[in-house]
Amino acid sequence: MSTFYDDVQKIRERYPEGSRSATLPALRLAQEKHGWLSRQALEETAEALDVTPAFCYAVASFYDMFHLEPAGRHTIEICTNLPCALCGAQKVVEAFEDALGIKAGETTEDGEVTLKAVECLGGCGYATVVAVDHRYRHHVTPETVTEIVEGLGDA
Amino acid sequence: MPEQNVLLAGTDEHDLTKLAEYRAIGGYGEALERARAMSSDELIDELQKANLRGRGGAGFPMGRKASLIDRKSAKPKYLVVNADESEPGAFKDRQVMATVPHRLIEGCLIAAHAIESKDVFIYIRGEYLTEYEILQAAVDEARDAGLFDGVEIVVHRGAGAYICGEETALLESLEGKRGQPRPRPPFPPIQGLYMAPTQINNVCTIATVPVILEMGAEEFAKTGVPSSPGTAIFSISGNVVRPGNYELPLGTPMRELIYEHAGGIADGRELKAVIPGGSSVPALTPDQIDVPLDYDSLGAIGTFFGAASLIVVDDRCCMVQLALRSTKFYMHESCGKCTPCRVGTRWMVQILESIENGTATRADLDLLDNVGDNILGKVLCALGEFAVYPVASYLHKWRDEFVAHVEQGGCPFHGSSSLEGILAPSDQHAHTPAGQEALV
Repeated sequence: MSTFYDDVQKIRERYPEGSRSATLPALRLAQEKHGWLSRQALEETAEALDVTPAFCYAVASFYDMFHLEPAGRHTIEICTNLPCALCGAQKVVEAFEDALGIKAGETTEDGEVTLKAVECLGGCGYATVVAVDHRYRHHVTPETVTEIVEGLGDA
Repeated sequence: MPEQNVLLAGTDEHDLTKLAEYRAIGGYGEALERARAMSSDELIDELQKANLRGRGGAGFPMGRKASLIDRKSAKPKYLVVNADESEPGAFKDRQVMATVPHRLIEGCLIAAHAIESKDVFIYIRGEYLTEYEILQAAVDEARDAGLFDGVEIVVHRGAGAYICGEETALLESLEGKRGQPRPRPPFPPIQGLYMAPTQINNVCTIATVPVILEMGAEEFAKTGVPSSPGTAIFSISGNVVRPGNYELPLGTPMRELIYEHAGGIADGRELKAVIPGGSSVPALTPDQIDVPLDYDSLGAIGTFFGAASLIVVDDRCCMVQLALRSTKFYMHESCGKCTPCRVGTRWMVQILESIENGTATRADLDLLDNVGDNILGKVLCALGEFAVYPVASYLHKWRDEFVAHVEQGGCPFHGSSSLEGILAPSDQHAHTPAGQEALV
């Protein structure tokens, strides 16, 4: 079984020697392993990349897809940018908030689901777009919210 | 003009994510052979003759960009494909990668040959997971089939940052850093990725390159309109009957796209505004839509072709709320490097909030303009300007509506606007490092 350290070395081979280009892929791998970028996750990443934990934290904190606090086992991300907003995205946000009993930006008590409003996901012609565990669902309406929430258990 | 599938040709009848099917329609055939038989100079000359203008937003001719590469440099030359599609309203690159990944890869091989590059990076936005999987599988299949001829293509995933669609921020991000734009000069063709000569093009630009080689540059240059040859995939969204992607010749009238292809305004409403190039460009009023969709025609009426992405807005929308939601996006995505953008976008949000909630005065409308003027031209990249252009257009073209907010002490829509209460990511606190111990 390969270790995290070995996996990161393999990623580094794709890029010129001495570059730090493996930083984003390595952080993604660490997040997949730990669920979020905890202090330990950042330290392991730093060791594998031969950089400081501070460098890893500086990079990770720039990008929206890295979690610097514990996140739910599932993520539901609702696009609320203009095209989706014009087609009723706020009603979809509220339907998810009701179904999960939390506000957008929060994680359920049991640590299962993180609900977020996000910026444009690039599916504007198929509003409202919702990314469920990073897989896009198109044409989501308040009526389809229950089905999505109930389907989470299958993943 | 009917839809004309050129970039998307064959996608109705075939599964072009599969190498065999792409080859069956001529993929990796004559176009690639013809390109590889040419010298670098000849191929760049051919691309210049085609006058293909960049589809990412700026519209800079792709062949001219290739001619600027410092091919005499002793350093490696890099080709970078910008697949960080994040402009609100744009979803064309995503369809190209999901349905014709091999046309993009073939374009990479041809463009790499032109600039004598052996190293290609495709920087795809992190959220496009399914598209990444399709593209990576296609890259692996083409490599295993021996089509790369010494070239390597690495698909590199972003991690959620609009700014990384800006070419120098993309390079920083690809180098593993925070995605903050670089001062220019030096420009990427001289010092780009790893300080080496670098060509950067949008997905649709590169995917058009095999078409040029297949048709011949002279024939290609006769399509579309003389100043902007070829087709573009137009993304249309918002309040229309049939939103989606439509590949059309450049120069197609905007009215035709909205009322024929997209079926007109949905729910029997009236057209109020069109934001023609993605959310960053000045909006048009209903009397301005008899315009050909090409770079120069849109430029002539004070807006931009941008990412060929039209957001259609109907009469239910409050323009102050539209401005506010748009500006919250640019505030959220400002990388923080330049003060006018970092601070100015926040001021704009505060002023717009005061207009919307009825606490602003007429002087605040002028202040909003003034803050915008102090961002324009005072920042390293276009993001700050992208925050200002649309808002300035809403303020000037729909000024009565802004004034009505001030005079009535609140929103004249009284809660009925289509954007009423819309939550922006910057309104929630999902990304604060609470519970995280500070690292030394």
